[in-house]
Amino acid sequence: MADSAVPAADLLPSRFADWFTSRGWSPRAHQLAMVEKAQAGRDALLIAPTGGGKTLAGFLPSLIALSERPPSNTPRNLHTLYISPLKALAVDVERNLGAPIAQMGLGVVAESRTGDTGISRRQRQRVKPPDILLTTPEQLALLCAWEGARLYFEGLECVILDEIHTLHSSKRGDLLALDLARIATFAPNLRRVGLSATVDDPEVIKAWMANHREGGGNASIDLVRGPAGAAPIVDMLLSEGRVPWSGHTAQHAMQEVYDVITKAKTALVFVNTRFQAEFAFQELWRLNEDALPIALHHGSLAAEQRRKVEAAMARGELRAVVCTSTLDLGIDWGDVDLVIQLASPKGASRMVQRIGRANHRLDEPSRALFVPANRFEMLECQAAREAIAENKLDGDPPRVGALDVLAQHVMGCACSEPFDLLKLYDEITTAGPYRELIWEDFEQVVDFVSTGGYALKSYDRFRRIVKGQDGLWRVRNPETAQRHRLNVGAIVSPAMLAVRISSRRGMPGRKIGEIEEGMVEMLEPGETFVFAGQVWRLVGVTNLDVLVQAAPGADPKMPSWGGSKFALSTYLAKRVRQLMYDQSHWQVLPSDVREWLEAQRDRSLIPEEEELLLETFARGHRQFLVCYPFEGRLAHTTLAMLLTRRLERMGAGPLGFVCNDYALAVWAISPLDGVNFGELFAEDMLGDDLEAWLAESFMMKRAFKGAAIISGLIERRFPGQQQKSGRQVTFSTDLIYDVLRRHQPDHLLLRCAREDAASGLIDVARLGQMLARIKGKIRHAPLEHLSPFSVPILLEIGKERSPGHTGETMILKEAEADLIAEALQ
Amino acid sequence: MSVAYAYDHAPSPCGSLRLRLGMAEAMLRRSGALWLEAERALVVADLHLEKGSSYAARGQMLPPYDTRETLKRLAAEIDALNPATVILLGDTFHDRSSEERLPADDAERLRDLARGRTLVWVVGNHDADGPRALPGQTADELSLLGLTLRHEPQAGFQPGEVAGHLHPAARVRATRGSVRRRCFITDGERIILPAFGAYAGGLNVMDKAFAGLFARGPIIGALGSSRVHAVGWRSLAGD
Repeated sequence: MADSAVPAADLLPSRFADWFTSRGWSPRAHQLAMVEKAQAGRDALLIAPTGGGKTLAGFLPSLIALSERPPSNTPRNLHTLYISPLKALAVDVERNLGAPIAQMGLGVVAESRTGDTGISRRQRQRVKPPDILLTTPEQLALLCAWEGARLYFEGLECVILDEIHTLHSSKRGDLLALDLARIATFAPNLRRVGLSATVDDPEVIKAWMANHREGGGNASIDLVRGPAGAAPIVDMLLSEGRVPWSGHTAQHAMQEVYDVITKAKTALVFVNTRFQAEFAFQELWRLNEDALPIALHHGSLAAEQRRKVEAAMARGELRAVVCTSTLDLGIDWGDVDLVIQLASPKGASRMVQRIGRANHRLDEPSRALFVPANRFEMLECQAAREAIAENKLDGDPPRVGALDVLAQHVMGCACSEPFDLLKLYDEITTAGPYRELIWEDFEQVVDFVSTGGYALKSYDRFRRIVKGQDGLWRVRNPETAQRHRLNVGAIVSPAMLAVRISSRRGMPGRKIGEIEEGMVEMLEPGETFVFAGQVWRLVGVTNLDVLVQAAPGADPKMPSWGGSKFALSTYLAKRVRQLMYDQSHWQVLPSDVREWLEAQRDRSLIPEEEELLLETFARGHRQFLVCYPFEGRLAHTTLAMLLTRRLERMGAGPLGFVCNDYALAVWAISPLDGVNFGELFAEDMLGDDLEAWLAESFMMKRAFKGAAIISGLIERRFPGQQQKSGRQVTFSTDLIYDVLRRHQPDHLLLRCAREDAASGLIDVARLGQMLARIKGKIRHAPLEHLSPFSVPILLEIGKERSPGHTGETMILKEAEADLIAEALQ
Repeated sequence: MSVAYAYDHAPSPCGSLRLRLGMAEAMLRRSGALWLEAERALVVADLHLEKGSSYAARGQMLPPYDTRETLKRLAAEIDALNPATVILLGDTFHDRSSEERLPADDAERLRDLARGRTLVWVVGNHDADGPRALPGQTADELSLLGLTLRHEPQAGFQPGEVAGHLHPAARVRATRGSVRRRCFITDGERIILPAFGAYAGGLNVMDKAFAGLFARGPIIGALGSSRVHAVGWRSLAGD
């Protein structure tokens, strides 16, 4: 079946054509198109669903070129560089490439290089590069920061960027785009090849990967589309038990989920948080009378444990894996025939990605099952199903490159060879995310790298990079370069503690995984919790170790969790609103959810699509204000903080608030009906109020810490690195943040932190759009009693911690009261 | 009688915690300073001046404003209390060449603070020689109101000892969550002061470095945003 415009024979050398034939395959149109683009010397972006032979399409041109090289006696240069967002994927592609290379006898060397690659192999790869190197963005940044990077990459012909859709709109994507610009300088003939899953707008990806030099840009990249593949079949689990009002665990449906697993060959059970994963795993095993091999996979488990699960999966030994986003991407498992999404999908694109993990054959549809955990999620699942059926995806907005990442890159450039300021600027502005970078910002970044960028200039004598007499900038000394190389990368993870089994004497023993600091704080010694699929009793916390003992059979305390760490995507939120307001559409919903919507209509109201419903009512001794923006927890938390500030100023005396992905509730002692809601929700709250709150907020501090690490202001703490005991020598970035804010509020890193916090942590842009949308469209429903919609959010009261300044003071006061109570006993 | 009751402590209107320490009366200031009113003596520990520049010299460009920030806070305490004596309880400088790196205007600020009062530099492990050009007297330790003021706490039972060095900090836990703060730690017999320096980190009081220093369960005075909060051992957590 030659389904291409150009006959395969003209494009494929006979060795390749024969190989396809011998396997009983024929080359697909998009594979041939990629060969054609390569022969024309064009950059190409291939968009295809999983299972379409996408990876082979990317490598085919390189394999052909390498197979046609004349023999050589001298060591050869690196020919093709492949970048994957995942280590495991790079290793898997190495294995998959091995087959055609061996079967055709191409004599091509393809090797992976990741953080796990042994030191001797890595050294050999530097001296004697393979033909094809398969690696990650972080390793590329490291290679670019080595002396001799220019020589290493100068003969490079092709770079293949895999799974771009997961990378481009992140700091990792910024870093990769910069390194891409760098190696393009070293290798002027470099051809760029992008591979991506289906995306909403390919132009955004093109802009990210293109070379934006004169005459370059999006037009320099040709788009190749793979076959569409069969539309997935997505069902929703309509539980026999009624859908609960609130919660995120889907506990009510576990028996049915288990029954579905027993009927599938292999199922991937996706959840949104690690604790949901632990919970679901625990529940499934409680029901697992057939002792089906069901495994667990999430980011907190020890790496070797995760590898074991992956290996067992690859051998086809597992019936189900409960997993988080750690398995959103990754190597192909042919046997997966069902994807189950427990609790809300949050976004259509993520769901398409996850569903794509089932069935890697294009002509058969993937099967997926949504299991909503509460009533709002039922609406969300329905909206997601409809979006997927229409093939409508939520788009990532184009991104402007972060300056902390640029600082790291500038330092890396200096570590590899002396640079000229103007030439480096010209190079950096060929990278997609930095094509609009202004010279002043670039200068500020270089100044930051050099002296820290402080107004005082008192650090001139400690410069990290210095300008030589030849006008070039170079790293001050080898130690500084070495330190930089240890801190390369744009991933900053939260402080993790090792979970270890405690010996009888309380000494730390075998490590079972890692857990975020914040999770441990919720537990008291003696309490039990679920981790890595087992029940443990917390013995204590010492330095960086959490000591535990097995407590099989104990009834574990489940730390409260606030649902998903992902926000509902803007696009899906809009669809949920549409679904809700269009009463003729309700018939697709299960009866108990429909009854709930009808009760809401009768007792309160269902607003028009673009309106914001706002209810006020009394309950207990409190007066509530509840509204339903559907903009996700982050935006709601920010909104609630700002609303309470305003209510305070209006004299309404707010006492507290609670948020989830759909709604937020604020309460006070006296009624809130008299408030001017138009004024309360006026857009100007994103001005001074936001700035004042933000400066004090813990989110800014968290963002600052990230920026400080990425930019090289402070160094990473590596797991296993001993903390000095006796006295703390590390310092808290909070202290640095406070000092810098007082003495140099316009410092580069504060600017970075501000931008990160506004986009990532508090979702200011989304909040702004929402406030603009609802202007003059607030529908106030003063009620006698609480409404059906308000039940889920009111159920969350008491489960939530109140972070920030006021919260901290309350904690200290409460502890003090305990001491007084103790004194009076 | 419960432990907490025995400490005889009370809040004061300025947010300090008033405490009997041996036979002396002490005020635990919200800034982390100790005020001995009977002698009009202000005690601060572990200023670690020029810690920022010390890291910068090694290639980590921390902001250089820490000295200014620390001295500003010290000046605010001196303005509020007008002490006759200011006692710097060791590790005033972060390293031996800190004094040379001290910017001229910060050195001038320090001289201003010493004007019209006695400045005592109790020396610590980071600044064992005391100041070279700056005013003040140097001492290994100091006796005042029956208290012994020294940099590093000595092992065993040391009634009346006032020390720094360990940079105590506590993670205080309540039902709503936990919060980490610098703190004083005392059993009513001896006291360890929090670090006063802007960049000085904190060591959790649960660390073994504190073990064996206190005869009975100590209480801590956590530095809050408006006052010092007395907190019992049972409300604390490790990091």
